[in-house]
Amino acid sequence: MSDPATAARAGDRRALARLLTAVENRTPAAEAALRVLYPYAGRAHLVGITGAPGTGKSTLVAALIEEVRRGGRSVAVVAVDPTSPITGGAILGDRVRMQARATDPDVFIRSMASRGHAGGLAAASVTAAAVLDAVGFEVVFLETVGTGQSEVEVAAAADTTVVVEAPEMGDEIQAIKAGLLEVADLVVVNKGDRPGAQRAAAQLRAMLSAGVAPARPGRPAPKRPEVLITTATTGEGVAELLAATERHRARQLADGDDRTRLARAEAELMAALEHRLRARLRDPRRLAAGEAALRAIADHVLDPYTAADRLLATLAPE
Amino acid sequence: MADRPLKVLIAKPGLDGHDRGAKVLARGLRDEGFEVVYTGLRQTPEMVVAAALQEDVDVIGLSILSGAHMTLLPRVCALLREQGLDDVLVVAGGIIPDDDVMALGATGIARVFGPGTTIAEVADFLRANARRADRA
Repeated sequence: MSDPATAARAGDRRALARLLTAVENRTPAAEAALRVLYPYAGRAHLVGITGAPGTGKSTLVAALIEEVRRGGRSVAVVAVDPTSPITGGAILGDRVRMQARATDPDVFIRSMASRGHAGGLAAASVTAAAVLDAVGFEVVFLETVGTGQSEVEVAAAADTTVVVEAPEMGDEIQAIKAGLLEVADLVVVNKGDRPGAQRAAAQLRAMLSAGVAPARPGRPAPKRPEVLITTATTGEGVAELLAATERHRARQLADGDDRTRLARAEAELMAALEHRLRARLRDPRRLAAGEAALRAIADHVLDPYTAADRLLATLAPE
Repeated sequence: MADRPLKVLIAKPGLDGHDRGAKVLARGLRDEGFEVVYTGLRQTPEMVVAAALQEDVDVIGLSILSGAHMTLLPRVCALLREQGLDDVLVVAGGIIPDDDVMALGATGIARVFGPGTTIAEVADFLRANARRADRA
C-alpha cells in the first residue's frame, strides 16, 4: 500500500480512518502525513456547531448533512463527546442521529472523545478537520461537546460558528452575557415546533442587536449574528440555515477577512507548541528537573513563574 | 501511547424493539475506560460496517435479541472481511442458543456473551483479545 496520506487523498476511506486515529494519538506517522496533506487543506468550508447539551446539535448536523448532499457536495463530520475525568472512558453517541447517511460514500463521520481537553473540542479535532479538508471533503462540520457559557474554542477552529439554542433556555439577560453567544456567526433556535421557539428567537434577535456600538478603530466590532429557527427532526428551516452559513462564508471571502484563518492558525500553532514543549519536558534527561520544580512549588520554596523560567532555560535548541 | 483507550462500536443489527442491554453495556464499558461509539437501533450490516470503518474501532459488539442472528451476524463478518477489516475483534451478545454459538464462531464471532454476563467479564475479554489500533 502507498503511504497513508496519498491513499487517503485517493479516496481510500480505510486509510483515512486510520490516519485520523494516528492524528488522535499524535503519532510520528500522523505528523509525517500532515506534512504531505497540509498544503491541500484550506479549501473546505469548516462549520462549527456548538451549544448546550440536549439542544439538538447532532440531529441538526444530520439534517445539514442531508441538505449538503441534496446540493451534491461531499461532507465530513468531526463530532466530539466528553471523556470521563474519572475513568478515561467515553460514550460517543452523536452518530446515533446521523446514521441515515451511514453508507453514503460522500459522507464521512468521525466521533472523537475529548480526552481531557477543555474548550469543547478534542486536542486533535482541528487537525482532523484539516485532514478531512485535505482529502477533499467540501464541507466539514465540527460538532462540539455540549457546551456551557465559555467553551468558545470552536470559534477559532471554524470559518462559520453556529450556536444552537433551544426554547426555554433563558431570558434576555442570558442573551447579553459574555461568552458563547458572542462568538456566534449564526444563532439557531432549534426545536422550533416547541412552544416558545418564536419568542426565544425574538428575544435573542432583540438582545443581540440592542446597544451594539458601531465599529470604532481599535475596538473589535461585536458580531451581529442572524437568528434562525429550525426543527431538525423534520428538516424545517435547515435549508435556510445552510444558505445562511454559505452567505456568511461568501461575505468572509469577499471582505478578504483573514481574521478567522489567522485565529485558526494561531490555535494550531499554540497546540503544536504545547505538544512539543510537553514532549521535551517529558524527556528522561529533564524528568528530574521537572519533578524538583514540582516539589519546590508544592513546598512553596519557589513560585511557579520562576520555576517555569528555570525549566525553559534548560531547553537549549536541539 | 500504550494506555490509549480501546475504541468499541456497540451496534444493534436488525429489528430489535429495544436497546436496554446495549445501553447498559455501553455505559458499563465507559466506566471500564473504553471509548464507546453507539449507533442505535435498526442497523443494517452495511451500516454497522461503515461505522466501524469510519470510526476505526478495535472492537465491534453486536447486540441481538430478535432471533435473526444466524443471518445478520455472519453477514457483518463477511462485509468486514470484504472491507479489509478482518483484524477487528467481533463479539456478540443477546439471546443466542448454544447450538448457534459454535456456528457463529466459525463465521468470525470471537465470543458470544449470554444473559448473566458481567460487564467485567466483557471488559477483560476485550482487553485481552483486541488488537491495538495504533499500529501506524
